[in-house]
Amino acid sequence: MRDIAIISFAQTPAVRRIPEVNEVEMLMPAIHGALSQVDMTIDDIGFTCSGSTDYLAGVGFSFVSTLDGVGAWPPIQESHVEMDGAWALYEAWVKLQLGELDTALVYSYAKSSPGDLPMVLTRQLDPITVAPLWPDSVSLAALQARSLLDSGNYTEAQFAEVAARSRRSALDNPNAQLAWDRSAAELLGEDYHIAPLRKSDCAPITDGAACVILAAGDVARSKVKRPAWIRGIDHRVEPIHLGLRDLTVSESTRIAGEKAGVADGPIDVAELHAPFSHQELILRDALGLSSDVNINPSGGALSANPMMTAGLIRIGEVANRISAGDVNRGVAHATSGPCLQQNLVAVLEGEA
Amino acid sequence: MAESATRTVGVDQRTPEVRLAKTETCSIVTIVTDRQEAGDILSAPLIIEYPFKRTTGPVIGAFLTGLREKVLVGSRANDGRVIVPPAEFDPISGEDLTELVEVGPAGEITTWAWVTKPHAKHPLTDPFAWALIKLDGADTPMLGAVAAASMDVVHTGLRVTPVWADEREGHINDLSHWIPVDGGNT
Repeated sequence: MRDIAIISFAQTPAVRRIPEVNEVEMLMPAIHGALSQVDMTIDDIGFTCSGSTDYLAGVGFSFVSTLDGVGAWPPIQESHVEMDGAWALYEAWVKLQLGELDTALVYSYAKSSPGDLPMVLTRQLDPITVAPLWPDSVSLAALQARSLLDSGNYTEAQFAEVAARSRRSALDNPNAQLAWDRSAAELLGEDYHIAPLRKSDCAPITDGAACVILAAGDVARSKVKRPAWIRGIDHRVEPIHLGLRDLTVSESTRIAGEKAGVADGPIDVAELHAPFSHQELILRDALGLSSDVNINPSGGALSANPMMTAGLIRIGEVANRISAGDVNRGVAHATSGPCLQQNLVAVLEGEA
Repeated sequence: MAESATRTVGVDQRTPEVRLAKTETCSIVTIVTDRQEAGDILSAPLIIEYPFKRTTGPVIGAFLTGLREKVLVGSRANDGRVIVPPAEFDPISGEDLTELVEVGPAGEITTWAWVTKPHAKHPLTDPFAWALIKLDGADTPMLGAVAAASMDVVHTGLRVTPVWADEREGHINDLSHWIPVDGGNT
């Protein structure tokens, strides 16, 4: 395996809606922020890969327009996934493994705000037996939360603790959308949104974009003092029907974590893509993270959840902490689909 | 599909007198014969659709036909489990599944969520519960909307039974929603 590292990460500040600019205008600061941080231009990039979904824009092939963000002339090597940018990063990592290219730029973005997001997300469900019922994404997460409560492993108070801690951590994150200091007990006093979930258990709706630059071996070392090396990365998917899964665990995360080598060394920090508070608890268990691991110091998806992007941001947040020298080894996780259907796990590490 | 889309949204320079907006599913042919006056804003209908049909096949098709007849079926997986709605492929081995098994019609809630303010697109207009419902004779639960007087009536393990639509056409919405057996006193 080739050594490949994250050498730059940039994101736009997460906000509820950005109506005044189009997607490519929203994306540009992330791309050019990531490039300028390492004194690079698009001419220095071997492969470009993006993650987004046309469903949010309501326009077929809308991702082609956002290629203007990098400039696709003269022709560039480029690909797109209709997935979170974390999976675009995976494709770029595979591409660099081939050994032909040394650098890759990965970006993702979403305007989650124009449509009715929980309803738009029903379009990813089984189109014949489930989607016609329009079960919104929050309702499906609530079914999972109830399963977890019924299992006796966790309580609503523990959900609230995750919600409170995430927004408190977000006070230190200038890019976060939701940041406040309220106690778990106060959150438990809220009415149910879709029981057993309260609004505070749910991620906000966010517009935003992010960009990561990958580089191989000595190219990475020549660009930054402390690259965040990708030591392992894997992703797994589970059946589309919720009835075929045990919703109280995340088997796909467990397998991906095992393949990525989470347990091969101590974990200092974990950024887990959990759009609902109870999902963080499921993910911690699936990855076998001990109680002393610093979880979601950025505030996580509960503090900023740009669709198609919040997973890539988790990877970037871990990479930044490693490159800054704050931590040595961390795990980043991204999810997609209803109730943690599909999961990606990456283990990042600084050089010894 | 691409050709028809071009015709619908653009102006065909070769035959400016006749422009067609034709779709397979709607079977609408609109013939536009009026010439655009100079300075007019060009406009044309844009219909977002999938202009093709898909058969539901012997497994999902049987499930949908069953709904029309108020019969619920699942498919037997290689490990013996009965999966509802029926799966065309074994979730573990990926092999074709062909054996259909009648299940229900009543079943038991395995998990649920209470919707206080239903969305216009939701199956019910009053507050209701989403639930995964394991039908009698089935090993995996299916999603449904349960009508109940209040959240206090609903619990995991509650037995529910289907309410069928008056007019059924072989669609998942033939099963309108679910209600507690014995008014929720079980």
